[in-house]
Amino acid sequence: MTGKQQKVSLSGNEAIATAMRQINPDVVAAYPITPSTEVPQYFSAFVANGQVDTDFVTVESEHSAMSATIGASAAGVRAMTATSANGLAYMWEVVYIAASMRLPIVMPVVNRALSGPLNIHCDHSDSMGAKDAGWIQLFSEDNQEVYDNIIQALRIAEHPDVSLPVMVMQDGFVTSHGLADMTILSDEDVKAFVGEKDYTGGLLDVDNPVSMGLMDLQPYYIKHKRQQVQAMENAKKVILDIAKEYEELTGRKYSYFEEYKMEDAEAAILVLNSTAGTAKYVVDLLREQGKKVGLIKLRLFRPFPGQELAQAIKKVKALAVMDRIDTFSTWGGPVFTEVRNACYGQVKDTEIVNYIYGLGGKDTDANDILSVYQDLMKIVETGKVDCYYQYLGIEE
Amino acid sequence: MDKMLEIRWHGRGGQGVKTASLLLAEAAFVAGKSIQGFPEYGPERMGAPVTAYNRISDNPITIHSNIYEPDLVAVADATLIGTVDVTAGLKKENPIIVNTDEDPKVIKEKLGFEGPVYTVDANSISVEALGKVFPNVPMMAAVVKVSGLMSYEEFYSLMEKQFQKKFATKQNVIAGNLKALEKAFKEVKSSEEV
Repeated sequence: MTGKQQKVSLSGNEAIATAMRQINPDVVAAYPITPSTEVPQYFSAFVANGQVDTDFVTVESEHSAMSATIGASAAGVRAMTATSANGLAYMWEVVYIAASMRLPIVMPVVNRALSGPLNIHCDHSDSMGAKDAGWIQLFSEDNQEVYDNIIQALRIAEHPDVSLPVMVMQDGFVTSHGLADMTILSDEDVKAFVGEKDYTGGLLDVDNPVSMGLMDLQPYYIKHKRQQVQAMENAKKVILDIAKEYEELTGRKYSYFEEYKMEDAEAAILVLNSTAGTAKYVVDLLREQGKKVGLIKLRLFRPFPGQELAQAIKKVKALAVMDRIDTFSTWGGPVFTEVRNACYGQVKDTEIVNYIYGLGGKDTDANDILSVYQDLMKIVETGKVDCYYQYLGIEE
Repeated sequence: MDKMLEIRWHGRGGQGVKTASLLLAEAAFVAGKSIQGFPEYGPERMGAPVTAYNRISDNPITIHSNIYEPDLVAVADATLIGTVDVTAGLKKENPIIVNTDEDPKVIKEKLGFEGPVYTVDANSISVEALGKVFPNVPMMAAVVKVSGLMSYEEFYSLMEKQFQKKFATKQNVIAGNLKALEKAFKEVKSSEEV
């Protein structure tokens, strides 16, 4: 570890705002929406106190927040925003444009259920709805990870082989409003890690004039889409390289996903964000009883690390993929669908089942997770699956 | 501490129950513990029932859910008894602390709870010390005392530092809160005392 670090207690939203303060972006444009409101709120205090020299733009809607961020990023400067749920939905058309213009915007998304019915609590319907918009997506278990992911996201986004926007997720209220102990880097270390923005190639680089956001007709549109996919492909190497560099600085290890006690596991859960922490707690309890259980915590959802996941999933006899969103396909949630697709032809002896959990903030506690492991251990024992797709913790 | 300490707070919107859980987490953090402090968000209205939680441990805490089987319950408003099931999931060996001027034996009866019941008159203490009803600091003192989380001296000095940070320009608020904390620590009563 080469970085100078300090133990602090911060909420998840404070952790994001702290990372943003240390990054000191040129422009932040934001519109408040629960539960991400505190991010621009804390950040605006940093602006008012002169702790950052960011141009802070208080716009009149999320559509304008993303549009202003796109404008600033296209001009060539470092630009960020933050949002949740319906705020992200209201940005919709411009979210796609940010990706297709290859703008290295970093946007924290504090996960919240999309209306309706109206609900302000956590699920992943907002960011999963945007999974096909062309943004890199990183998920965070806790306050520590959301901080670490924001700092790494900036480097990933701005890498010349990538040049794509990145969304960084954390669970609304669960971690965003929960105070927890964590470790932050010194301002100098973050400044050195993110480096100076290269202002060349933007609209304000008058020596190299470019046009952006143009009409793209039949012969070219498909080529540009293919290039976006190539950038996603390139991102996979860049994400690992930057994780390695970050580990040297902090001692904290990041990859596409974390394997927790998977070495000899026969049954495992695959889950994103804060519920992975609860699952670790349950894995420890079950391990004390000699049960061979493990956990795969997915950090990277876009691009999807299918090949690598298949290798990890091969080790177990039964896997439960947990989705905090439903697709209404009646065939399972988005993570389940992607995981099973990645396993096609690669994984032959693993039963893979799906649980929809925690929609609209329904609390998922250790007993809920325990019941999933019990179901899995039964599958391992009997080789039989009663149900491939079910809702967790509700009476049906 | 061998085991993680899990605390559930009950109160009403405006009484500072969320702040109490955050302040307690902060104090335990400064004392070198792993911590969580979080409220359960619902409709936010003055006077509506509010729940908040703490997890405190010597080891990293990974669990992220509400607390259903607390090691200790703190009730900042005795009028919640009968409205909210404040002893839900509380085992009979684990304590509950209630802000009231009534005798702990009377409260024990009202709660119909078999385990130890502690009381502290946090309202009167805060009125005397601060001139207003802010039961959260005296309740925190009672929680620290009953849980044995840390010594009185350590708690007092940690809180003094926190108050100095929080109320740097209001010396009388610092003095008042410290007085409330000191008095509450002394005046906690137990249903098990003869």
